[in-house]
Amino acid sequence: MEWLLEMRPVWVLTVTLLATVAILASGRRPNVREAWTIIASIVQLILVASMIPDVVAGEVFEVRLLTLASGFDLVLRTDPLGMVFACVSSVLWVATGIYTIGYMRSLNEKHQTVFYASFALCIFAAVGLAFSGNPLTFFVFYEILTLATYPLVIHKRTEKAIKIGRMYLAYTLTAGLFLLLAVGWSHLIVPEGGPDFAPGGFLSTSFATPLTLTVLFVLFILGVAVKAGLMPVHAWLPAAMIAPTPVSALLHAVAVVKAGVFGVLRVVGYVFGYDTVSEIGMALPLAAVAAFTIIAASVVALTADNLKRRLAYSTVGQLSYVVLGAALLTTAATTGAVMHIANHAFMKITLFFCAGAIYAHLHVEKISDMKGIGRAMPVTMGAFAVGAFGLAGIPPLPGFVSKWWLASGAWQTGDWIFIVVLITSSLLNVLYFFPIIFNAFFRKSERFTVYNEAPVAMSGPILAVAVASIVLGLAPDIGPPFWTFANQVTVALNGGAG
Amino acid sequence: MTTSNSLAWIIAVPFFAAAVLPMVRRLGKAWVLPTALIGSGAALIFALYAAAIVVGSGEPVRHELGGWEPPWGIELRMDHLSAVMTVLIASLSFLVLVFGRGGMEKRLEGRSHFYYSMYMLFTVGLFGMVLTHDLFNLYVFLEVSSLAGYSLIAVGERASPFAAFRYLILGTLGALLFLLGLGYLYAITGTLNFIDVAERLAPLGDSRAALVALALMLTGFGIKAALFPLHAWLPDSYAYASNLTVAFMAAVGTKVGAYGIFRVLFTIYETGNLQFHMPVVQIMGILAAIAILAGSILAMAQSDLKRMLAYSSVSQIGYVLLGFSMLNANGIMGGVLHIVNHAFMKCCLFLVVGAMMAQVGHRDIRRLSGMGRKMPWVMAAFSLAAISMIGLPPTAGFFSKWYLILGAVDAGSWIFVAVILVSSLLNAAYFFRVLERVYLKREDPAEAALETAVATTSATPVSGSSALAVQPEEALEVREEEAPRPWLGPGTLPATMLAPIGITAISLLALGLGSAWLVENVLRFIVPGGL
Amino acid sequence: MLHDILGWYNYWLIAVLILVGIYGMMAKRNLLKKLMGMNILQVSIILFFLTLSPKEEGSMPVFDAELASTAAGYANPLPQALMLTAIVVGVATTGLALALLVRVHRTFGTLEEDDIMEDLR
Repeated sequence: MEWLLEMRPVWVLTVTLLATVAILASGRRPNVREAWTIIASIVQLILVASMIPDVVAGEVFEVRLLTLASGFDLVLRTDPLGMVFACVSSVLWVATGIYTIGYMRSLNEKHQTVFYASFALCIFAAVGLAFSGNPLTFFVFYEILTLATYPLVIHKRTEKAIKIGRMYLAYTLTAGLFLLLAVGWSHLIVPEGGPDFAPGGFLSTSFATPLTLTVLFVLFILGVAVKAGLMPVHAWLPAAMIAPTPVSALLHAVAVVKAGVFGVLRVVGYVFGYDTVSEIGMALPLAAVAAFTIIAASVVALTADNLKRRLAYSTVGQLSYVVLGAALLTTAATTGAVMHIANHAFMKITLFFCAGAIYAHLHVEKISDMKGIGRAMPVTMGAFAVGAFGLAGIPPLPGFVSKWWLASGAWQTGDWIFIVVLITSSLLNVLYFFPIIFNAFFRKSERFTVYNEAPVAMSGPILAVAVASIVLGLAPDIGPPFWTFANQVTVALNGGAG
Repeated sequence: MTTSNSLAWIIAVPFFAAAVLPMVRRLGKAWVLPTALIGSGAALIFALYAAAIVVGSGEPVRHELGGWEPPWGIELRMDHLSAVMTVLIASLSFLVLVFGRGGMEKRLEGRSHFYYSMYMLFTVGLFGMVLTHDLFNLYVFLEVSSLAGYSLIAVGERASPFAAFRYLILGTLGALLFLLGLGYLYAITGTLNFIDVAERLAPLGDSRAALVALALMLTGFGIKAALFPLHAWLPDSYAYASNLTVAFMAAVGTKVGAYGIFRVLFTIYETGNLQFHMPVVQIMGILAAIAILAGSILAMAQSDLKRMLAYSSVSQIGYVLLGFSMLNANGIMGGVLHIVNHAFMKCCLFLVVGAMMAQVGHRDIRRLSGMGRKMPWVMAAFSLAAISMIGLPPTAGFFSKWYLILGAVDAGSWIFVAVILVSSLLNAAYFFRVLERVYLKREDPAEAALETAVATTSATPVSGSSALAVQPEEALEVREEEAPRPWLGPGTLPATMLAPIGITAISLLALGLGSAWLVENVLRFIVPGGL
Repeated sequence: MLHDILGWYNYWLIAVLILVGIYGMMAKRNLLKKLMGMNILQVSIILFFLTLSPKEEGSMPVFDAELASTAAGYANPLPQALMLTAIVVGVATTGLALALLVRVHRTFGTLEEDDIMEDLR
């Protein structure tokens, strides 16, 4: 029986994969279909949660399923960094599952079966990514994620949606090719067999020239940067906001883009290792790109009138916090980066949930139409305020915590400029979020005069994630122990200097 | 039955089936297909048996025909490469036959026994080519398979005899160039057995005759394999021939050309000798790279689904030959793995086209709207095969691409790396174009009216004018007289058609996840010594 | 120089034949002429093999103790045997090609490639 427990990473994946099949099979009966989503998400959450104590205690579940290619097994391994991503995906899948049902029903959308099935498959891929123990396994799940997201992006089936679908594929498939080349090449230059992700990396200057490593680093980063929305390869992300809001919420705020930044952390910390990255001098360029993205995306967000679009650019900016954290190569920055994966996920999903509820319930998409909306939907807008202030980094909300650590990381390197970037970005965040909240609560409009809150299936999850965001800021270990995990990652990546 | 005999049986059984099929017809129509199936099935069993021994023991199985010892007699030899090819040919031949149950019978009105007889002969020729270890015997089997192939292609749409004739001219040119090259080799070595020729060739070094022979033989097989720019015969043949033929021929027909190139390069010339002939190999590599890109780009321009897949074949054979031209272990294994993977992918895709034409009677990409709803399972198989063609994990196509990329990096040829990567994108472009139609585009109401009109009267040919009256302008490309009628009503695809599609589609996943086994236990042994 | 030409006259002749054959197959627009080109090519390659076979002072390859006791005294029989098969293959190819041409002519009413292409367009 022991092996059953040891195989838990596999069971997590099995549950999501079976859910995909079950959803497809019960397409004619919406209630059964949606029951599968809920059941699978809860079972999955329980499975992931059951591994937390062991991982906290330092145990690593490792399963080698089969050989993918010579030197590469299909390895699933639960290290702390992977657990952060897995926990985020699992917890938020439950919330999104319930929210989605409310959203899809109130809009009476078509093609719901394909939608739910792709959704489950995306979670499958995201958790697979989280548990991937080597680059090839990572790549396999990365590409599955690309494909599984496509049906969600083109969900509306309009000409425009199809066009954006093409753009999405062009970006992500090209990125996949860079990643593929990087994985293959790194496999060839590592002397002994298949390389596994390991803290400190498996590539070093001892068996490859710095030039080769630099090219490899660029290829790796290009491969994951597209999903991470790093500028200038971010354009697909705002465009993909044409998808239904729950998709934007979970995928374009959590699973897909987090897969990208998670990939950056993996590449920097577990493929190259901090020492090698600083040796080949690629840390500063990466940090510079991230800093540029943070500022530029925030500026663009200021000009967007469509709420989802503004949120999308905000996502682009916030993701680069994580990239910046990885690129600074210091202890505090690492902690900040890992924390921000979880923090941003909870806050951003709150915001997207709110945007979706506003659209589904009151059919408002534009920020300029949202004057006085706080009167109609106080719960939703209250949650929105939590998320928005959180992202801006107002204490004690979680955004402040990650920014604090990132800034400390920048302090450690002595690169003042990045602290300036972080502060500027916070100001910009306030600038583009505050007017929304102010207008919603303190302006009057004839459109919204009576209380008209979204149905419980939507407002419930909104409230839940908003509360979770607050809790995460105050006590980041109370749910999934993100704080502990972040520290474990920091210790591992910095060679015990945590 | 001894082990080595089974090699002869693999060739003899379908040959016998080909011979008796016209006679069996006298017993009644019902006997025809079972006979063919038995012939093909028995060959599959023998092939699996022999292949199991080869893989199990790690040693080739040999058979001396007529008891004459090589190099005087003809030697059949199944090494790891032959084992892969034989099993591939046998299994796909069987699957495609199962798929064809009924369809061919109806279209040929009681003369299908000739078709199946040729089908069997084609299979015999392919088996012979991959099993023989004698140069001239290889030529003979090449011609056996080609002649049968020409006649198979001639069974199809209106222009198919014309396409078959053009293929015949080019194919014969290819075979004759190979024969001429063989003559050169015979003139300088005085022997025909592969191993014997290889041994005697080694001390000849950079003999000019050997160089000419290599170039001639590669060109000859290049035509057979449809290596760009020798591919001109392929698109027409595939477009006009019947789906059954194409499903099998596209899967393995061109692959034996690639097999021939492998034999010439790595068995006859051997690696030690190849260094004198590097330019020839390099030219082949460059042509293969051009083929990959040109084939994909041409595929993008097609509106006929079969023609698109045909050009895609031109591009995919480029992968195989590109792998060979890298002259390193990963490249060669990738090439051979791609032979297997692509055979299953293309077979699956063409079977889907066959099922589609049986149901809706056309294959115009622009008129595929709503197919995803009409034939969900078949289109799911199509999507899986398409994903595999693009080369996304965990499907089979990804893994051959993986080894090819490793090979290209190993060889340090960054241009080849770029070609492989770019072509994945091109593949994605032309396959997603189809998938978008199939799944996303709304059906044209006029189109739907036509479909129902055709479907309800599918038993009797629709009178052209009434069908054309509701046909949208853009669909008029396929002329009324040429357009084959759907011969099955909607939703009545028999299990014998669905099963092969399903099996090929699932094998794409199985081949993907099992590729490591294949590489470690089979393909490693194919890589010639010294690489 | 002269020796190069006259001494190898059989090979020169075969080379010319091969080129004529390939020219016919590739350049002629009439399908029947293409077929003729193919036949010429076939014959030329058969001749090539046959011309490999004889030896100086060698007799026909039927063993006769009076003529010679070693292999050097006889022409090489193998190419001749091979060419028997090649001829059979050639005849079969020609037969099939003619059958196809009959079908093509019935369908299109012509054997001119250009006209057929025009028809297909």
